[in-house]
Amino acid sequence: MKRYNTLREVRSDIASGAISCVTLTQYYLDNIERKKHLNAYVEVYANEALAQAAIVDEKIKAGTAGKLAGMVVGLKDVLCHKGHGVQASSKILSGFISQFNGTAVQRLIDEDAIIIGRQNCDEFAMGSSNENSAFGPVLNEIDPTRVPGGSSGGTAVAVQADTCLVSLGSDTGGSVRQPAAFCGIVGFKPTYSRISRYGLLAYASSFDSIGIIARSIEDTALVLEVIAGSDDNDSTVSTTVVPEYSKSTPYTKKASVCYLKEALESPGVADDIKEVMRKQIASLQAKGHTVEPVAFPLLDYILPTYYILTTAEASSNLSRYDGVKYGYRSSNATDLLSLYTKTRSEGFGKEVKKRIMLGTFVLSAGFYDAYYTKAQKIRRLIKETTEGLLQQYDFVLTPTTTTTAFKIGDHSGDPISMYLADIFTVQANICGIPAISFPKGTDANGLPIGLQLMTRAFEEESLLTFTQSLLDD
Amino acid sequence: MSTSAIDKYQPVIGLEVHAQLSTLSKIFAPDSTEFGNMPNTNVSVITLGHPGTLPKLNKKAVEYAVKMGIACHSEINDFTFFDRKNYFYPDLPKGYQTTQDRAPICKGGYILIKLKSGEEKKIRLNRIHLEDDAGKNMHLAGEVDTLVDYNRAGVPLIEIVTEPDLRTSEEAYALMTEIRKLVRYLEVCDGNMEEGSMRCDANVSVMLKGADQYGKKVEVKNMNSIRNVQRAIDFEIERQVSAIESGEEIFSETRQFDAVDGTTHGMRTKEELNDYRYFPEPDLQPVVIQGAWLEQIKATMPPLPQMLYAKFKSFGLSDYDVQVLTDTKEVAIYFDAVCAHTNNYKAAANWISGPIKSHLNELALNVSDLNVTPAQIADIIRLIESGKVNTTIATQQIFPVFLEGTTKTALQIAEEKNIIQQSNTDELIPMIQQILSKFPDKVEEYKKGKVGLLSMFMGELMKVTKGKADPKVATELIKKTLES
Repeated sequence: MKRYNTLREVRSDIASGAISCVTLTQYYLDNIERKKHLNAYVEVYANEALAQAAIVDEKIKAGTAGKLAGMVVGLKDVLCHKGHGVQASSKILSGFISQFNGTAVQRLIDEDAIIIGRQNCDEFAMGSSNENSAFGPVLNEIDPTRVPGGSSGGTAVAVQADTCLVSLGSDTGGSVRQPAAFCGIVGFKPTYSRISRYGLLAYASSFDSIGIIARSIEDTALVLEVIAGSDDNDSTVSTTVVPEYSKSTPYTKKASVCYLKEALESPGVADDIKEVMRKQIASLQAKGHTVEPVAFPLLDYILPTYYILTTAEASSNLSRYDGVKYGYRSSNATDLLSLYTKTRSEGFGKEVKKRIMLGTFVLSAGFYDAYYTKAQKIRRLIKETTEGLLQQYDFVLTPTTTTTAFKIGDHSGDPISMYLADIFTVQANICGIPAISFPKGTDANGLPIGLQLMTRAFEEESLLTFTQSLLDD
Repeated sequence: MSTSAIDKYQPVIGLEVHAQLSTLSKIFAPDSTEFGNMPNTNVSVITLGHPGTLPKLNKKAVEYAVKMGIACHSEINDFTFFDRKNYFYPDLPKGYQTTQDRAPICKGGYILIKLKSGEEKKIRLNRIHLEDDAGKNMHLAGEVDTLVDYNRAGVPLIEIVTEPDLRTSEEAYALMTEIRKLVRYLEVCDGNMEEGSMRCDANVSVMLKGADQYGKKVEVKNMNSIRNVQRAIDFEIERQVSAIESGEEIFSETRQFDAVDGTTHGMRTKEELNDYRYFPEPDLQPVVIQGAWLEQIKATMPPLPQMLYAKFKSFGLSDYDVQVLTDTKEVAIYFDAVCAHTNNYKAAANWISGPIKSHLNELALNVSDLNVTPAQIADIIRLIESGKVNTTIATQQIFPVFLEGTTKTALQIAEEKNIIQQSNTDELIPMIQQILSKFPDKVEEYKKGKVGLLSMFMGELMKVTKGKADPKVATELIKKTLES
């Protein structure tokens, strides 16, 4: 079977009788089996997916199929799927079965998507390499000695390795865009609050967003259209009307684009990536778009702000995993205090514990104002400065990452260098604006390079159509 | 301890009162709030803090808190938000309580209490804020493990925090009574301390009279009645004074009240003091309370006890009567309605505290169950005023007919039952003369000064008239005839 890049291609082959949902699902299941060593999946729902595929085939024949009929999707292991395990790739949620469908998952199901399995990720979405998983690291298909990025590593590899058409991940600081860049596919994070967070395991509530990993902009647009929008179960979700992204007209305007100077000047950015940036800039200019360099004076504050605020929220969000109600409970506990300390010490991995401790520290009496309050103020400054920039320009262009996929174990001794890899993606989460990573060439080793575009809040439509125009080059 | 030692000190008391709001569902989840259900039946994934769940604010809870704020003259915060208070305890499903630290829904305000002297005292409030209740740890007999019931987790609470304006345990008692009355008038909480729907923590300290600095405050918890709030404070004052007198130092701590022996004992030591790491709840939007919504809430405010108290006082009623009449909203509103039909306020008060109350008590009913309208009560009062029946007859003969339900007037009933009382002198005098002639010796005794016999003659007259003689008129006539 050929490799499908869009649902449109799938549907056209179903219509012609070349394939059915069942044969397509079986194809993906076979791929999963063949590529097991990549460790992209935590659990595969083979029988269930095949049964669902048969139902969808009937619906397609009857003409009653939903918008996503024929789309085989995977879910990052942070999305609640009724009757299925969800554990954020953490030991602390061992054996936990969700009792409800998250809003986005429910909307996929309602439109006849076929869910094939749940995917490996960094524990509680904390990481940039998918090395922090209770299920072990995920490998990049292009070079299995390298990381796929993270935290949605399994999600990206699942699409990269042709084991499903689309996956839902989560993006708190780049967790969808960075692995998409490392794997050579599309990773999209909408405006904060565009998609309900109900059913998304929380890392940092005011940053978390469900994101989409796909092989095409058109599938990204279609899935966004299905899962976005108001939801009674999430009081922070936006009620802004959801456009029919899948029916957007192509981008024909002359855009004004700025790019961060640092992207071309900083020694931290790999030369091959700078080269792809330069080419992209030249191509944009050739098409008549305005492209200008800008300095972003607050760049140095982005990562500290991000790590103070996300760890603060995480330290509280992860308090519920205490061994009392569900999930892992230490069998060595002798009293209440040891139930907590042993359960959490044994149940959480190193990176998660590090972040819980950091978050607990920045919220503690005496340090709160110096860290949390100050970081909130800087968050506002970054947001206002970025918004100011986006009043002048339609899009901000950056590389998605400073390097291409690095070797497994490369950063294990140096968390700061790992954190720095997120420098370009974190800004969109701090500001709550939409951002996309799209594949643009490869480096000398043949590793994919991703570029990122950001735009104003709720302007997903122009972000997607503009990105499409760059991919059509 | 000597009274003189106690007298040297000035107690300073502040209360933190938690009231469970009587909304049908929880503050952040659609689960029922019904009390007394089987453990862990009023729980959903939200209440249990399952991964992926989010809170959803119950608007009713906000409205109830605003009502309490209005009743307490508080400033309603037009931009209020929630904070997380982080700590670990098995009854706390999410590992944090969702409460309000920085921007409580109501700021300031006061509650008036009545002192024994009859004076009123203003107890200032610091704030009223909204939060969710925790579940309950249960230690069952024969069970080694501690079990947890999460039915209560997520039930909406308001916490009313006073300034340290109270000086005696009696004042605390009066304040608690007033708060309970207020929440019941507003119908935002049933005020039941035994079931825990109203709870009180008291902050108690003592200082030498005239000192300008408060002593170290001790928080006392676990009082399950207003009476026990008073007892706990009394014990704590004595304990602190006697400790200071014997040279000990008071340190800030939380103490548990034991209702059995009336004492308090320390709960946790200083080392275990929590750092709650409050920060704004990112899963909820700030709540903006203003404009039409606020007006709508204001429009649902019932008359408040203070207002009704002042109104009834202006009717010329005694403090005692007014106290009884305003004790519950239902009685006060019923009385007020009777007074819309009659100016005889004292009679109206007597009817309510007399026949109506005893009828309701007998059948364990509420005023709202009464099927006699305020207009009918006023109708009876008017009939008595006209002299056609006396109160006793009205109570025994007319009131029961109204209770059974009738469209007849009091007068029609009296006429049908032939109980219009006789005040016609011409008819009564011959009857009196006849009675006196039957008891010549008693007449002699009366004349010699045994005036008490008057009631015996009256009784005889009532027998003859079947109770219909107008007592006032008849008494005068008997006297006159005896003395003629």
